[in-house]
Amino acid sequence: MGRYVLRRLLQMIPVFLGTTFLIYYLVNAVPGDPLAGKCGERPCPPAFIAKYRAEYNLDDNVFVQYVKYLGNLLHGDFGQTLSGRPITDIITTAYPTTLKLATVAIAIEILVGITAGVLTGLGRGGFIDNLVLVSTLLLIALPVFVVGFLLQFFVNIKLGIGSPTVSSGAPISELLIPGFVLASASLAYATRITRTSTVGNKGADYVRTATAKGLPRRRVVGIHLLRNSLIPVVTFIGTDFGGLMGGAIVTEGIFNINGIGREVYRAIVTKEVVTVVGLVVVLVLVYLLANLVVDVLYAALDPRIRYE
Amino acid sequence: MSNAFGPPSGPGSYDAGTGQSTAVYAASNATAAGRTVGGGSAPGGGAGDISTQRVGGLWSDAWHDLRRRPLFVIAGVVIVVILVVAAFPGLFTSKDPTAGNLEFSNEGPSGGAWFGYDLQGYDVYARTIYGARYSIIVGSLATLSTTLFGMAYGVLSAYYGGWLDGLLSRIGDVFLGIPFVLGAIVILTTFNTSNSTVVIVTLVVLSLAVLGWPVPARIMRSSIIQAKGADYVAAARSMGASTPRIIFKHLLPNALAPSLVYATISLGAFIGAEATLSYLGIGLRSPVVSWGVMISDSQRYLRVAPHSLLFPALFLVVTVLAFVMMGDAVREALDPKLR
Repeated sequence: MGRYVLRRLLQMIPVFLGTTFLIYYLVNAVPGDPLAGKCGERPCPPAFIAKYRAEYNLDDNVFVQYVKYLGNLLHGDFGQTLSGRPITDIITTAYPTTLKLATVAIAIEILVGITAGVLTGLGRGGFIDNLVLVSTLLLIALPVFVVGFLLQFFVNIKLGIGSPTVSSGAPISELLIPGFVLASASLAYATRITRTSTVGNKGADYVRTATAKGLPRRRVVGIHLLRNSLIPVVTFIGTDFGGLMGGAIVTEGIFNINGIGREVYRAIVTKEVVTVVGLVVVLVLVYLLANLVVDVLYAALDPRIRYE
Repeated sequence: MSNAFGPPSGPGSYDAGTGQSTAVYAASNATAAGRTVGGGSAPGGGAGDISTQRVGGLWSDAWHDLRRRPLFVIAGVVIVVILVVAAFPGLFTSKDPTAGNLEFSNEGPSGGAWFGYDLQGYDVYARTIYGARYSIIVGSLATLSTTLFGMAYGVLSAYYGGWLDGLLSRIGDVFLGIPFVLGAIVILTTFNTSNSTVVIVTLVVLSLAVLGWPVPARIMRSSIIQAKGADYVAAARSMGASTPRIIFKHLLPNALAPSLVYATISLGAFIGAEATLSYLGIGLRSPVVSWGVMISDSQRYLRVAPHSLLFPALFLVVTVLAFVMMGDAVREALDPKLR
């Protein structure tokens, strides 16, 4: 097990370097001049330009810049934005908000998705099953921004429940609707995966044995069936966490949440390579680690799976 | 990476890449197949009269199944209608989608204009009809390129295995690690400087393809790994079949189903992703008429003129839904466990 985790961690290194370099290279290629408009209504004096370019390594080629950046990163130095604000500052203010949003989304996914999945899996073919099936299809088909607009328009504005925009502290109560919006498509997938695995396990021998032993249905379903059916769902939800963090740009835009997505978008538009890469570095790390945790959890949930 | 929008990395993408999960899946598939054979699923054949039983392959069985599924029939009809609309928009409206009349700005639906007018006084119905074309073009091209490239990549990776597989899989991981919207923003803002429609459409397709190919590659890889160990492959090889022959005649037909299902579903998802990119202001833009552009243009006037957002959104959702439903029906028909 330890060796497996170690091997996976080692495999992560090239993936991490590849992803961050790709982003670094691409953002660097975005057209635009970071010095444009820096000195007001006149061009910047040459001395200032030279100092500025040297300070931000803008004269090196992109590979050298990237290596220098990595070197600083290893010291825990994320660099600073072109206006001199440390990037760790942005990370510490924006990440908690996005993290909170993603956590609310995951909680909704688990609560609603697994409940609906188990219920429909047990009553396969019935009215509720078909109703849930159609609504999951609908959720998959609706792009996130359409769900966002519709809920904002009908729930927040027409019905007056909650607030259409989220205030700066981002309290949980205001994040419920955005969280649902963010989770919508994954919620549908989680429901369907739970349903499929519940259907598959329902006829298994151990369920029949448990029923034959005279165990109450609550116990048969809640302990025996659920534990075996949850494995694929846990995998899906775990992998999804990283995706939700990175995919929150649209939701944050609609509900005016000051999270990571908005910061990244702003930074791409203003061509702040270091800011974009700094924020993405953390996103990619979360994504890779979430994947690893899921694979390890997989072995813990299902003793039949062993890692050498 | 599983994003709520963009190339769906839904079920199927959580192959840990360790081989263990693949092995489990293969085993369960084998038992399921055994069950189907033992059960005898030939409709119309007498139970005792084995000689007259129609022994259909996976595909003909699935087709037989599908024709009786209301979900599949409805989805098929919707897709055909949308394709006709996309190909011949002139049949459905005589109005010009780019002729605005400010006199009617933001007017609601009426007898003259079924879906009302938007801010510029464009006829929303005409624009919705003409918008189908670009959504379909972008969706199909993106699906075609991701599926073909992903399949070739997956076959290569799984067939040769070893260090090549390791290398190719890690490269796929690099692209999966980039959050979809973020990657698309970067690609599109970098290259999207031209105003020509063809260039913009190509770029949007390209950015969807660049960020979307690892998922079909993974799906293909795991189905080829499953098929590779089968006896018929060993038999073919021992009879001296060449590598291309083994791949195209033996492996591919048996490993194609999951990829095709994913392609159908992802076509719908790509149409939605195109709209998302337009919504962010980096995808297609005026004068191109597409549903995403319409939704993006009308979002700020949602409170005054909800109809100019709701109608294109409705068409978008129905189209995506049709493709997702189609893929879903095909998946169920092809999955022996659900028979």
